Amino acid sequence: MCEVGEDYREPAPAGPPPPRPSREQKCVKCKEGLPVVVIRAGDAFCRDCFKAFYVHKFRAVLGKNRLVFPGEKVGCGTASRRRPVPAASRTPGLGGGAGHVGGAVPPVVFLLPQVLLAWSGGPSSSSMLWQVLEGLSRDSAKRLRFVPGVVYADEGAACGQSPEDRAKTLAEAKLVLQTVGFPWHIVALEEVFSLPPSVLRCSAREPVGTEGAYKAAVDSFLQQRHALGEQSQPCPQHPQSQVGPPPANQTEALSRLFNSVKTLTAKEELLQTLRTHLILHVARTHGYSKVMTGDSCTRLAIKLMTSLALGRGAFLAWDTGFSDERHGDVVVVRPMREHTLKEVAFYNRLFAVPSVFTPAVDTKAPEKASIHRLMEAFILRLQAQFPSTVSTVYRTSEKLVKAPRDGCAAGTPGPRCLLCMCVLDVDTADSATAFGAQTFSQLPQTQPPVAQAEAPTVSSCCSGMGGARRCCRPEEEEEEEEEEDPRAHVTEQLCYGCRVNMKDLPSLDPLPPYILAEAQLRSPRAKAEQQIQEYLLEDHEDAARPGES
Amino acid sequence: MAAPLSVEVEFGGGAELLFDGVKKHQVTLPGQEEPWDIRNLLVWIKKNLLKERPELFIQGDSVRPGILVLINDADWELLVSTSGNSPPSTAPLAALRAS
Repeated sequence: MCEVGEDYREPAPAGPPPPRPSREQKCVKCKEGLPVVVIRAGDAFCRDCFKAFYVHKFRAVLGKNRLVFPGEKVGCGTASRRRPVPAASRTPGLGGGAGHVGGAVPPVVFLLPQVLLAWSGGPSSSSMLWQVLEGLSRDSAKRLRFVPGVVYADEGAACGQSPEDRAKTLAEAKLVLQTVGFPWHIVALEEVFSLPPSVLRCSAREPVGTEGAYKAAVDSFLQQRHALGEQSQPCPQHPQSQVGPPPANQTEALSRLFNSVKTLTAKEELLQTLRTHLILHVARTHGYSKVMTGDSCTRLAIKLMTSLALGRGAFLAWDTGFSDERHGDVVVVRPMREHTLKEVAFYNRLFAVPSVFTPAVDTKAPEKASIHRLMEAFILRLQAQFPSTVSTVYRTSEKLVKAPRDGCAAGTPGPRCLLCMCVLDVDTADSATAFGAQTFSQLPQTQPPVAQAEAPTVSSCCSGMGGARRCCRPEEEEEEEEEEDPRAHVTEQLCYGCRVNMKDLPSLDPLPPYILAEAQLRSPRAKAEQQIQEYLLEDHEDAARPGES
Repeated sequence: MAAPLSVEVEFGGGAELLFDGVKKHQVTLPGQEEPWDIRNLLVWIKKNLLKERPELFIQGDSVRPGILVLINDADWELLVSTSGNSPPSTAPLAALRAS
């Protein structure tokens, strides 16, 4: 079944081919209109039914996952966006008919959550922008209830674009943003060089509430709105654009960073990481509690397979699920995850959704240039032969559950990866994992052969070994090694996938300062913990343990 | 004998990069013995319009997987395929616009 030959002119091996819909057929939904697009494996939709299907899917994904929680607390820095209920409209003089109004309305202010839409200019995120725009302008009952903002990240420097091309793309992007009309933020990727190390820390999030509380909140929200009369809530129009192009030294530093990466795969991963940090920073600074990205079904299916190949299997549920709460206070959601790229492309074409095409790092790259490219070609080629490929992979990703690691108490979640901020999937004591094997195989390079026979990891060296060996000596050696090999204390704070990527970076120096600063900050703490470990009393204290002051 | 055919071919979503960045092409297909169909059109495009990297556009007799083809703003999969599972390359091209 999985044999996809190069020449797909060959007839199907078993049975006649399934009948394809012909132009004379009618739309499968309304049975009247002339079909314009084939969805899934043979359903032909007419233009209007396709639009209804598409829009319905978007709203269903948001509704199903309880995206909007009326009364949800908004993040910091939103004092200017509060819409307090004016006292005048809460007068009891609304008449006897609306008996539930006077005095019974709780004096609660419902704040609409703020959602940042991450727009890349591409078709999926442009479609998402358009859906939000249409959704917000509907009549009150069905209106989407959140306050949107848009962020556009200019990545031209990482992709090697000339300043003229970047300016041209930016001008086109601004046109689209002005048409959409939401408050927008244009940031250049160069701004990662001025990010604070706090962007890598996971902030605690206010608990949202239970299922029952959600329903109650929606009910009283609707009641209050109905009682107070509809107040139109126009989006504040204060676009915030960057002032001119970024400084040349930052652009050069970014180019240097990306040119130093040896493989395209690592380049793509690094770009994604930096982009995520940048958008996260924008969201936190301006008080957005949620970020929406335009990942489509097709892209997520490709991403799932790519993540498996990159060693990020432990984090599939976060990387491809609907909501990703790894950052704590800011939640990343993917409302386009049920739309295939074909549906997006057709919708954009049929209903004139504007988008801006920008070349990426892997544009025009040959098929085997990176794991991402390879996986994309594999999935798309398979999809051409077997039209249920993408949806099958997608349905599998829906079943992934975010379960805590075995042995982890419900309380402390454990350390997080420095770059991707997922809970570390490494277990220093467990050398039977791929990670353990990798760490162990690197040891001969960092420790002299004499010490190699001892415990593979430092933290367990004193608890596991006793006896005549000066097992505390490797620590001294390790301290010396630390100065010679500063990469070690960065690498040990990364998850397996990020470590593999970092291998393709010959030197950590071109990295933006916030990464190195945060690594430095976390490292002494970890080291101090390790140093204390040996002094902690344990059950099987060894009497012959050499004293160490 | 097929008469010369005037067709507007439009590329989008990044495909225009392979055509010098030009999105819309108004072309006149020359007269030839066999009637024009999509397969012939693709061959003609590859020979006359495509500026670089043919493997990113054409694969075998058809377009590379992932590239969508619309004929008069309608999915080309709506046209009956005459050769098994594959997308219909042999759809007759009597209409004026392909994109």
